Amino acid sequence: MSDIFLVGNGAGFSGDRVDAPIPVVRSLVARGLPAALFFETLGERTVALAQLERRRDPELGYEPMLERLLEPVLRDCVTHRIPILGNFGAANPAAAARLVARLALRLGLPECRIAVVGGDDVSSSIALDQLPVHEADDSIDTKSARLVAANAYIGAEPLVEALRQGADVVVAGRTSDPALAIAPLVHHFGWSLDDWEKLAVGAACGHLLECGSQVTGGVFWDPGFKDIPDPANIGFPIAEVTRDGGLVITKPADTGGIVDLRTVKEQLLYELHDPARYITPDVVLDISGCSVEQVGHDRVAVRGLRGHARPDTLKVTACFEGTWLGEGEVSVAGPNALARARATADVLQQRLRLRGLPVRARVDLIGIGSVLDSDAGTLWRSYDGPEPPELRIRLAAEGPDRDAVDQAAREVLALLCCGTAGTGGARWRLTPRILTRSYLVLRERVPTSVVVRSAREMLKAAGEMAGAISPAG
Amino acid sequence: MDRIDVPLHAVAHSRAGDKGNRSNLSLIPYDPALYPILAEQVTEERVLALFAHRGATRCTRYDLPRLAAFNFVVDDVLEGGVNGSLNLDGHGKTQSFRLLSLTVSVPRELLQG
Repeated sequence: MSDIFLVGNGAGFSGDRVDAPIPVVRSLVARGLPAALFFETLGERTVALAQLERRRDPELGYEPMLERLLEPVLRDCVTHRIPILGNFGAANPAAAARLVARLALRLGLPECRIAVVGGDDVSSSIALDQLPVHEADDSIDTKSARLVAANAYIGAEPLVEALRQGADVVVAGRTSDPALAIAPLVHHFGWSLDDWEKLAVGAACGHLLECGSQVTGGVFWDPGFKDIPDPANIGFPIAEVTRDGGLVITKPADTGGIVDLRTVKEQLLYELHDPARYITPDVVLDISGCSVEQVGHDRVAVRGLRGHARPDTLKVTACFEGTWLGEGEVSVAGPNALARARATADVLQQRLRLRGLPVRARVDLIGIGSVLDSDAGTLWRSYDGPEPPELRIRLAAEGPDRDAVDQAAREVLALLCCGTAGTGGARWRLTPRILTRSYLVLRERVPTSVVVRSAREMLKAAGEMAGAISPAG
Repeated sequence: MDRIDVPLHAVAHSRAGDKGNRSNLSLIPYDPALYPILAEQVTEERVLALFAHRGATRCTRYDLPRLAAFNFVVDDVLEGGVNGSLNLDGHGKTQSFRLLSLTVSVPRELLQG
């Protein structure tokens, strides 16, 4: 087996650029080395939204862009034996796998082997109230809240098993993000699952790639300070990993973006707390002594990674139905806009008090104080800079009573007639919130399952099932 | 030594991430020679004060000398985080630029351009 394995990333979140996988796969194929491609599309809350989708339609509840992401690359990946792994199964890996099977058949790939990885959904198998609460989630009150989803972050083992059974596409729900990169490396190099130094390299590879373009110039570029080539066409990352644990981050040659010390350092530290203890289900990664070196154009080597034994527990994130969020916005512009915006903010808060609406609310003056500000509006209230040409006033209100929250948001709409001179551009909306709380569970309480079938076999089985339940449909 | 006051943004870059009601902010000087100077000036106390208006309760700085980078972990800064925040940016991704607005005093010869 070759001593270099390539890991490409095709998506860093649900909502990422859908054409991103194309140049990555083109590059993997052109280089002719053994390779895998992974998609990370399952955020903390995404699985709850997917679970709600599934309740509406039992054939939904997976990544909505799945077909759009895979269609342009599936044939090349299968033909060149580049397995695809993803947590794009979300709340319904089996239905996602059937979608992949239908796509494979349409592309003339009936023998494409598709794995369904299960076991992460613990909503009916584990009583959450008996588990220790993870990190700082103690303050979150979920006693009266209705559970929407509870999923364990499973590790690389079932993914490796799927690859051993010859899967071309591995469809999982909740996995740890780094596991999606660790699994093909373990499978290819035959690394032992207690070789912590090697697994640390796999975890770092996954961590650096899991957010897609964030290591190749995305959420990095800052015009005049950190410029990148062609930000409309940022190439998604590819890692070169060697058997002995060498790691180089790069990207497809025919794309925009950049891989340099700055992009790699920003992503190494992204969402990290103690750099010596980045906990994954497969290994505890320690980057406290690591170093980076530019070893070529758009090529950065990462060295000095250390690994420690994996934890005995897995993290389970539970999603509950939360409160309602109501938002409304209007704009003011031109001479005296600041005074009109401030007066509008005060009137909105007065209106909520007058009507006795049981909501928690805040007002932003977008342009001088919003995302960096506090609920009290500390920054915009103390603003003494120049008169802004335009301002947008935003009210946000939340509470358990849907109607009260809706009424609060509609107070912004009413400003179209009752507001200050020249008030316009009203928008308002009401959205349900999802509350999350994380727990720790012993890993042996989360058995996983792997089923691998060809696209043809999978649809045949689904056809029989569809026949059995068709009266209900 | 001839020194000049600049916003951190002139000499360093940063990215913010979140976990619950906690934010992590990397701080990376463009010139590694600035690392000890930032280590002296960008203290946990000063960073905590930057986020006092949002109710932040604690700031821990992790130093990574081999990367010439720092990682600041700020507790209770996200007004509830995505679970409960009324902020447009519940994840606090924009907070890295609050950090970069902090003023530091640096030797003039280490300023780029």
